[in-house]
Amino acid sequence: MSEPILEVTGLNKSFGPVHVLHDVDFTVRAGEVTALVGDNGAGKSTLVKCVAGIHPMDSGIVRFNGDPVSVHGPRDAAKLGIEVVYQDLALADNLDIVQNMFLGRERGGAWLLDEASMEQAARDTLASLSVRTVKSVRTPVSSLSGGQRQTVAIAKAVLWESKVVLLDEPTAALGVAQTRQVLDLVRRLAEQGLGVVLISHNMADVFEVADRIATLYLGRMVAEVPTREVTHGQVVELITAGRSGDLGLARPETATV
Amino acid sequence: MTNQPVAAKPESGGAISDFGIDTTTQSTGEAVRDFFVRLRSGDLGSMPAVLGLGVLVLYFWTQSESFLTLDNTANLIAQGSGKMIIAMGLVFVLLLGEIDLSAGTASGVCAAVMAMHYVRAGNLVGGMGSTVFYVFVGGMLVAAVLAVIMRIWAGAVFAMVAVTIAMLGVGPNPWIEMLLALCVGTAIGVITGFLVSKIGMPSFVVTLALFITWQGVILQFIGQGGVFGIGTQPVLFSVANGNLSVLGSWILFAVGIVGYAGVVLGEHYVRVNKGLVTAPTPIVVGKVAAVTVIAALGTYAFTLNRSPNDFVVIEGVPYVVPIVLVLLVIGTYVLNRTRYGRHIYAVGGNAEAARRAGINVPKIRASVFVVCSSVAALGAIVYSSKVGSVDPQAGGLNTLLFAVGAAVIGGTSLFGGRGKVIHAVIGGLVLAVVENGLGLLQQPAAVVNIVTGLVLLLAASVDALSRRRATVAVR
Ligand SMILES: Nc1ncnc2c1ncn2[C@@H]1O[C@H](COP(=O)(O)OP(=O)(O)OP(=O)(O)O)[C@@H](O)[C@H]1O
Ligand SMILES: [Mg+2]
Repeated sequence: MSEPILEVTGLNKSFGPVHVLHDVDFTVRAGEVTALVGDNGAGKSTLVKCVAGIHPMDSGIVRFNGDPVSVHGPRDAAKLGIEVVYQDLALADNLDIVQNMFLGRERGGAWLLDEASMEQAARDTLASLSVRTVKSVRTPVSSLSGGQRQTVAIAKAVLWESKVVLLDEPTAALGVAQTRQVLDLVRRLAEQGLGVVLISHNMADVFEVADRIATLYLGRMVAEVPTREVTHGQVVELITAGRSGDLGLARPETATV
Repeated sequence: MTNQPVAAKPESGGAISDFGIDTTTQSTGEAVRDFFVRLRSGDLGSMPAVLGLGVLVLYFWTQSESFLTLDNTANLIAQGSGKMIIAMGLVFVLLLGEIDLSAGTASGVCAAVMAMHYVRAGNLVGGMGSTVFYVFVGGMLVAAVLAVIMRIWAGAVFAMVAVTIAMLGVGPNPWIEMLLALCVGTAIGVITGFLVSKIGMPSFVVTLALFITWQGVILQFIGQGGVFGIGTQPVLFSVANGNLSVLGSWILFAVGIVGYAGVVLGEHYVRVNKGLVTAPTPIVVGKVAAVTVIAALGTYAFTLNRSPNDFVVIEGVPYVVPIVLVLLVIGTYVLNRTRYGRHIYAVGGNAEAARRAGINVPKIRASVFVVCSSVAALGAIVYSSKVGSVDPQAGGLNTLLFAVGAAVIGGTSLFGGRGKVIHAVIGGLVLAVVENGLGLLQQPAAVVNIVTGLVLLLAASVDALSRRRATVAVR
């Protein structure tokens, strides 16, 4: 088992009166794919956004490579090498593919952007993903299909020399062939030594690519187990009931005793 | 003309094909077809405005002998350019989907301070009365502090320059006066930006309140029924009334065209060589050639004597033309080539995405108001110069609506994310032609206002409809 590259401990997050994440512990290991599963509203996206610096945490510690770090904004996360594919993609419709991929991290001086280098890098990345869906990298995102947008969002995340990539339902809008490519990419990233987090509702995908499965149930991390030690049925039980056999939340009777 | 093999022909709508064989160069035919696809999908840009401008010019040409005369054309440009410049600044605000209703009266405040400085020979304390003066200086200081809080350093510097000029009582000098107007505009923009972005009030409410406030400030500065004449100051007067010499006009033409062609063709050459996405060479060359011809004809026409009077000679390109061109170039450059410009578009297109990309959204939001008011101050210099005086109505009446109208008619979206500085110029020309043409046809102000309003309504509905088409066309 490899070293944890990203380690979250005791993460709490509330939106006003709604306590969304309760003392969540979550570990991402370099060279491994960690699947993050849970029902709708379990808090998966919220966890990812807290790690990415989008939402401030109420409490909790983030360790990167063993050192405690403070992530106060998206820039801090990016500096550490944490990249995120958001569930809502977070693309600006009025900008083209290249502009979106480099948004906030444009190449060139502040007073003269280096469009040529950005365009070439964007094309290389898309080509390396063997993305075969977009006519030109200067196409505005508004004229792309849902799947194409998702591909752009993924390309945006792997463009950088990142150490951890969190993908929030990256295959939700993709067709069969495209999903295949994304799953291959997820494996490839892990083989390159990155820590990869895959959020998905598709158990077949999860069991195919994930080394470990972390299950959130109503904002609580109920189990973080190696994939080969659990069955489909157990994971589904964990997702829907929060426990399965000895895994997950303690049984009410043992808890009350 | 296709450099890359095109294996898969685009099927539906021509938008989707393979990326693996991503085409960087299109044939001219493809580019033209693409253009129409884009038009149909609602991305109209400044097309309707350019067509409308052509139709209007033809119409007034047939209706009035004096419309397309050189004299009237120069006059029309000088008349429209003040509001056109204000519209250029407004584009930045509109790009975020915000509005600055106070841009007109804010420009009026700048005009009033500038004119007072000249009329009172630099003695603003005497002009305002000491209480008002100290409130004024205090306001500028507050603006400087707010700018520092928001880390908009240029805003802080300009506000302090205004304080310095006011406190030192620097003597009258047209350049100092114009600088003062600009700095006051910047300070006003800092205040607007702070209220919208840091306090978080809707820009509509903030700027509506400030619209009324600045109107009061102008009245306070000038006094009921008062008027500051600046026509006696040769420099201030010639900003909108003077012309380049004939030689100067041709130099402007040469510099402008060499610069334009150099940038456009040079960039095209580089992009083709690096295998980047480019427009077809014939279209690029054709565009440069067309601009050159139009500019040459325009320059030639303006170097003819256009005086209606046999005893005076009026010739040369009006100063407002290079003024507008320089602002156009700077604005376009900032929006297209700089990181700041890119971030403005991003915030206008998807503020949350911009935030997640690490962009300081509140700062961008505040800064566009600073740009808008600063540019509005420049517009104030031009329109005050044209009239030769500043009265309590300066920047009031329909100045702002004209400016917003110009930007929207030119193709800038009121919903944010889409717009260019040139839209303000094209739309400004449309409105200037309407105003001037109807005036020549001896139409009363009632008709002029109604027509102007309807043109704006038309442009806004084109904007809304094309936006709807664009969102429908997405998936
Ligand atoms: N910005 C917000 N403000 C208030 N409540 C929020 C916000 N974001 C999320 N929530 C709440 O937090 C809970 C967890 O949401 P989250 O988006 O993390 O779920 P999820 O596990 O990603 O679900 P899904 O599978 O549907 O994407 C939900 O109850 C949601 O209503
Ligand atoms: Mg989610």
